[in-house]
Amino acid sequence: MSKVYLALQDNDDSRYIVEAIIEDNQEATVINQPAMIRIESTGELVVRRSTVEEKIGRDWDVQELHLSLITLGGNVDEDEDQLRLSWNV
Amino acid sequence: MSVVAITPDYKFEAKDRFENFHGNQIVYVGWDHHLMFCSAFAYPVPPATTFKELRDGVMQEAFEMHPEYSKVNWETATWLLDNKPFEPQLDKSLQEQGIGHKSLLRFQTPELKGYKNAGV
Amino acid sequence: MVAKKLNLKDKYRALTRDLDWDYDYSDRKKAFPYEEFEGIKITDWSKWEDPFRLTMDAYWKYQAEKEKKLYAIFDAFSQNNGHLNVTDARYVNAIKVFLTGVSPLEYQAFQGYAHVGRQFGGAGARVACQMQSIDELRHVQTQVHAMSHYNKFFDGFQDWTHMHDRVWYLSVPKSFFDDARSAGPFEFLIAISFSFEYVLTNLLFVPFMSGAAHNGDMATCTFGFSAQSDEARHMTLGLEIIKFLLEQHEDNVPIVQKWIDKWFWRGTRLLAIVAMMMDYMLPNKVMSWKEAWEVYFEDAGGALFKDLARYGIRMPKFVETTAKEKEHISHQAWWIFYTHGHAAGFHTWIPSDEELDWLSEKYPDTFDKYYRPRWELAKEMEARGERFYTKALPQLCTTCQIPMGFTEMDNPTQIAYRSSDYEGEKYHFCSDGCKHIFDQEPEKYVQSWLPVHQIYQGNCGGANVEEVLRDYYKMNLGEDNMDFKGSSDEKRWNEWKRKGVA
Repeated sequence: MSKVYLALQDNDDSRYIVEAIIEDNQEATVINQPAMIRIESTGELVVRRSTVEEKIGRDWDVQELHLSLITLGGNVDEDEDQLRLSWNV
Repeated sequence: MSVVAITPDYKFEAKDRFENFHGNQIVYVGWDHHLMFCSAFAYPVPPATTFKELRDGVMQEAFEMHPEYSKVNWETATWLLDNKPFEPQLDKSLQEQGIGHKSLLRFQTPELKGYKNAGV
Repeated sequence: MVAKKLNLKDKYRALTRDLDWDYDYSDRKKAFPYEEFEGIKITDWSKWEDPFRLTMDAYWKYQAEKEKKLYAIFDAFSQNNGHLNVTDARYVNAIKVFLTGVSPLEYQAFQGYAHVGRQFGGAGARVACQMQSIDELRHVQTQVHAMSHYNKFFDGFQDWTHMHDRVWYLSVPKSFFDDARSAGPFEFLIAISFSFEYVLTNLLFVPFMSGAAHNGDMATCTFGFSAQSDEARHMTLGLEIIKFLLEQHEDNVPIVQKWIDKWFWRGTRLLAIVAMMMDYMLPNKVMSWKEAWEVYFEDAGGALFKDLARYGIRMPKFVETTAKEKEHISHQAWWIFYTHGHAAGFHTWIPSDEELDWLSEKYPDTFDKYYRPRWELAKEMEARGERFYTKALPQLCTTCQIPMGFTEMDNPTQIAYRSSDYEGEKYHFCSDGCKHIFDQEPEKYVQSWLPVHQIYQGNCGGANVEEVLRDYYKMNLGEDNMDFKGSSDEKRWNEWKRKGVA
């Protein structure tokens, strides 16, 4: 299975997003690099609105992810509740 | 293969054809395994230039900066013209010995291994 | 009754597809005249799906927010004399390369997407191209704003658009985009959206921008990541385009593969410049070019191509060459610029002893054997007061236009020479990849505007190199060019630091 990944700017919002990702994706690895945070996982990675809202303590629109997103790898599937990255193989 | 174009007869004259160089032709000269010079040099010279003029005149300024250049033995150095073995005739012109426009000349000096024997 | 809020999918449908119309009184083919000539077959545009389902209203909302954040940082950077916080004034030269070599490509991308966005019959594709076009315009603008601060304090930033159009090494990025933009609309998308955005730009915008942050350059890091937040969307578009084309018709597969082969190689050559920026121009290192290549191309790109294998797509041609080139390319590129430091619009230098050691450590199989000796020679000459500047003009590759300084990867002290004959003319190439590209479309590349040949044809103003640099390129000679050592940039920097202005 190939790795999917996303990278976020190292800012205040991302901290909560990363917390949520770790909670929802037990397999995920977090790599801190200057000014950015890279998260990778085998096969699949989910960013769930409900978990992010819980961490950040306010309403959060999945599309707000665009404000902090630097890059990603994988097929994207997004709706109002989550963003999912996956490879088919 | 050719370009898939929306224009019928997609055809342009070569930008670097001989006629555009005001009587000069381009000759490239490279010294194999001597990478102090990052690439071969491109020289614009009249086709009537003799090989001797090219080697001892045109090439001198740039190549002599290499610490080994003064040690090159032209009696034993070998040449490739457009990647085929070539024996230059010093007093004949480039044109007369088949060194054409945009031809590549490479010379080899296997006894000289470059700066610190590193091919530099 | 209050209307239920549309969900994302329905909203996307309403604000993209529903804006489309049928052509009942006009010929659809006349409305989209470029859609068929490349041989791509589209049977159903409605299958086009933008996974982010971004609609124009949301686009403006989020872009405005990004912009506000970005400009707040620019203001802070400039008000706090941010340029004094960079690690070392040498670093700023990487930003000069960026402004003259990369920012104009953002503008070319803006024009390119505006053009192809008009040419597609599908509304989803048109909207996605429109957004990307606006994004690219934003990128060039924010980059110019960010770097205008450096222009107040350092040389070499003054005439970047003019330089992009004329300077010898900038013909490399310029001709890359000219090539893509003069292709048909589908090839443009594969070239830029897929090969460039999805497969390769990560290498420019992610590790290099992280490096900018690591070198105290808040402004560049911020514009880079802000641009990259759009790129994440562009990348997704790139992947979507390719899946869409491959699913539409099996006849598209070989055409797409041919474009992937071409643009992957074109891209790797363009990235040689980024490779040297990473390995030689960042005083504080984040990762080596080789490591970046492994993470962002071999791992990420490898996963992608595995995913695409089910459509019959294979890895790009010559990918095995790049696996060897990652050990060499940055060193060979920086040597090209170092030895042509008199003709570059930025400063070059010999790496410090610590930097040479870092390179040895990162490139244990190649650096000490092949590249350290070059720097020892350069040092020796510099110590004698004869800083090495090469004295004749280099042979250029007809396709990528880079001086032919890349070697055989299995014989790294030998320059790689490839050539083709076409209609009685000889053409030279730096690699099998560049030769292959020429051989596929020779009619296109016989038009290559090769700077060295143009100088010899008398089309660049001057009769000698100095006149070309000064009058045609508009370089401020003695200030913009030559070694960093002894430059005005260096003198001013030392003065600021001595006075403790920082």
